[in-house]
Formats: sequence, structure tokens, C-alpha cells
Amino acid sequence: MNEFWEAKVALQWGTLKPSYDVVIIGGGGHGLATAYNLALRHGITNVAVLERSYIGGGNSGRNTTVIRSNYGKPEPVRFYQRSLELYRDLEAETERWMMHDERGLWWITHTEAGRRTEIARAEINRAFGADTRFAEPEEIEREIPGINMNPAGEFPVLGGSFHAGGATARHDRVVWALAEGAMRAGVDIIQGVEVTGLKVENNQIVGVETTQGSIATETVVSAVGGHATSVADMAGVRLPIRTHPLQAFVTNHYEGTFDAIVASIDLGFYVSQTARGEMLGGAHIDPQPSYSRRSDHHFISSIAKRITALFPFMGDLRVLRQWTGSCDMSPDYSPVMGRTPVDGFLITTGWGTWGFKAIPAGGEAMAELVATGTTPELIAPFSLDRFAKDRALADRGSSGTH
Amino acid sequence: MSLRITCPTCGPRSAEEWIHGEMFDVPDSITNTDEWDVDRGFFHNNPEGLVQEAWFHLYGCRRWVVITRDTRTDEILS
Repeated sequence: MNEFWEAKVALQWGTLKPSYDVVIIGGGGHGLATAYNLALRHGITNVAVLERSYIGGGNSGRNTTVIRSNYGKPEPVRFYQRSLELYRDLEAETERWMMHDERGLWWITHTEAGRRTEIARAEINRAFGADTRFAEPEEIEREIPGINMNPAGEFPVLGGSFHAGGATARHDRVVWALAEGAMRAGVDIIQGVEVTGLKVENNQIVGVETTQGSIATETVVSAVGGHATSVADMAGVRLPIRTHPLQAFVTNHYEGTFDAIVASIDLGFYVSQTARGEMLGGAHIDPQPSYSRRSDHHFISSIAKRITALFPFMGDLRVLRQWTGSCDMSPDYSPVMGRTPVDGFLITTGWGTWGFKAIPAGGEAMAELVATGTTPELIAPFSLDRFAKDRALADRGSSGTH
Repeated sequence: MSLRITCPTCGPRSAEEWIHGEMFDVPDSITNTDEWDVDRGFFHNNPEGLVQEAWFHLYGCRRWVVITRDTRTDEILS
């Protein structure tokens, strides 16, 4: 494993020009994937990506790197399955190693109601192209190393679904590879520039105000994580988003092999092993909307109790790091992508707890929308106006954190 | 970050005992009643800065308390 991989990435930072065809706000996975697809699939290279801090420094670098498509409704299953398939080819396409590892995801349950949910999940996943099947407790005990089948004497493992396509990848490398590909094609990616305003005339975007001067443009894509509401406010667009802190942690090196990703909805956590051997666990959403990224002891003590109940071997490990990201939560636990009431102002937000897995498909679809002017069928159900049309996609049970 | 909210009857108690309640605030510019309902049901101000909110002390005295909090730092001002 080459930990100096980043030195090999040919990052050529851009300088800000006075006008662009497309300005993308936010240099995270979704912003960079949109720029990458605009440049490589549609030949639109007069594009700027504006990043306030450093690329991948927000939620793209704070997530728990799980890629899956085991959702509970047809529209998300189709969308995330497309993303999962694009991830399989992303290393070959960008010629960068992302530690993509398809090891399968176990989504286990401790209640009879949860059993019925998982049977239904497996059926709807198969119907819309995702590889998921129901698993009985005997199989779970055989396949998941170190699992306690009756945690705390109160939460017997009653079954679960096995999602064969579940995978992990190194998030920084995904961000860097997409940035490198976009830069090579001529996209300007600029770090350390903050958007301070959006200029709207006759309900059409005409420019962006930044800390490094004004930019004239007729298309702005907000791919901001965490501060999406503040950016949309600049254009006078209201969002159905509340921003909550979400916490996760890794332990020190675990000597054994834990070759699975396991999520327990009833106990409220998921766990996997990183390429470095650390056990990665999450997650907890704080109840109050907040932009604070402070971690706390309550999270680590409560999740430690739950995780060691199901996996007693983790009681011997030590917590190495914990961190917090800002999750944009939509009311129906699905993303919000596409047009807004302001012409030329497009958004991709509401990525709450499912943003990393959606990077390739989200970028592909947003680039197609920018290039062709028509909303791709794959993301049409996730439009901002779905709430007014009574087409909300309530899918809380698939978020993995509640 | 986990908050500590001061209850008038119970004293400072950690956020795990409380239920968060948002104060909905539909902008005056929305006059159409259908649009008002959609905004009230789904949309949020989500401010970066000071916010007034209500907390219900569920595992305590079961009373509502209104506080002002800075969403950038989670500092509780009153």
C-alpha cells in the first residue's frame, strides 16, 4: 500500500477567470464529479469549482465510506444501484486506485417487524436491480466473524438482509481522482475562495460574488455540504433542509480480519474494517440542527455499549479518533437534486447520510442536466418540487443511522 | 455536540433527556395558502447563527423551555 499516493496525483490548481459557462460551488465529491462528467462526457471545460477550504475537506472526507444500494423504494434503489455500478469502473476509468472493495453488507435486525422489513427490502432490491437477499440467523452466525447472537440478552439477532454489492472505498482518493481528471481536461478548481453572494436578474442567475472578485456566469450548481441553506438563501431559494452534526469513530488496529460491513438498525450503528485494519463505526445524529463540528463523549460512550454488545471483541480495542460532519437532512430522508425556482441555479443537496455512495451517479446526472437542459429520468423523482406535488420519498429506514 | 440545557426546575441536564422542538417560521412573502402549507410542512430556515427553539424535558419535569442558541458553536445564550 502506498501512503504517498497523493504525491503522484497531478493536481494543477486553477486561477479565477472573470467568466465561466458553469460555476460549481463546493469542491467535494459531488461538485468534482459534476465537473469531471461535464468535462469528460460533455466536453464542457469552461467550468470553475469553488472550494472555501480544501477539496474533500467537508463531508467527502468525513463519511464512513460505505457504498450500497439496498434502499426501500424503487427510485432510490435504481439511482444508488447506478452509482454502485459506476464505482466498480471508476478505478479503471480514472487510472487511480481507490481501495474499492466489494465485500457485501449485512443489514441485521433484532425484531419481528424488522424481519418483515428486511424480507420486503430484499424483494424490492431484486426487482429494481440490486443484489440483496434475506438471510436467516443461522447464516448470519456462520458468516459474520465474532458476532454475539443475543446481545445484552435483549436483542436476539432474528435475521437480516445480505447486500452482495455493498462496498467501501477510500474517500480522499475518490475526491483526488475526480479532481485530477477534471483538471486535466481544463476545469479550474480553486481552493480558498468563498462565495459571498449570487446575482439574480429577472429570475435568472447572472453572476457569483466571491472573496476573490465577481464571476459572470449563467449556470451555478450548488454542491455545498453543510452550508447548502446559506448558499441557496443568496439566490432567494428556500430549502427543505436541516443541518445536523453526525459523529463517527475509528479504533486502533484490530489484528483479526473482519471481512464484512454490518449495520444494525435496531441498535443504531454500522461497523466495518478499514484497509489499515482499524474498526470504523458510526453513526449518531445529534437531535438539534447545528453547524458545530465538535465531537462529544456521550456519542462514544453510548455507541461503545451498543457495538460491544453485538461484537464483544471490540471491547478490547481503543478509540483512536472521532469526528463530526455536517449532515443536510431532508424531511423524507432522500436527496434533493435538480432545478430550483431560479433559472440557472441548480442544486444537489440533502445528502445527509448517503452522499458518498451517490458521488458517481449524482455527478453524472447533474452534468447531464447542465449539458442538455433536461432532467435525467434517474434523478427526476428527487426534484425540489416533489414536496409541493405530494411526491415525497419517505425512506428513513434505509438511512442506516436511525 | 451534546448540549447541556438548563431547566428552570431540574437545573442543567444533558440533551439526551430532552426532545428538540423547532419554532416554525414561514416567511411573510408566502401568501398563497397551499404554498404556506408546503413551507410549514417541509421547509426550514436552518440559520447559521442565533436560533430560538423549544426543548421538551421528556425525562424530567415534562415542561417546555425556550432557549436561544448559536448554531455555529452550540453555545446557549439564554
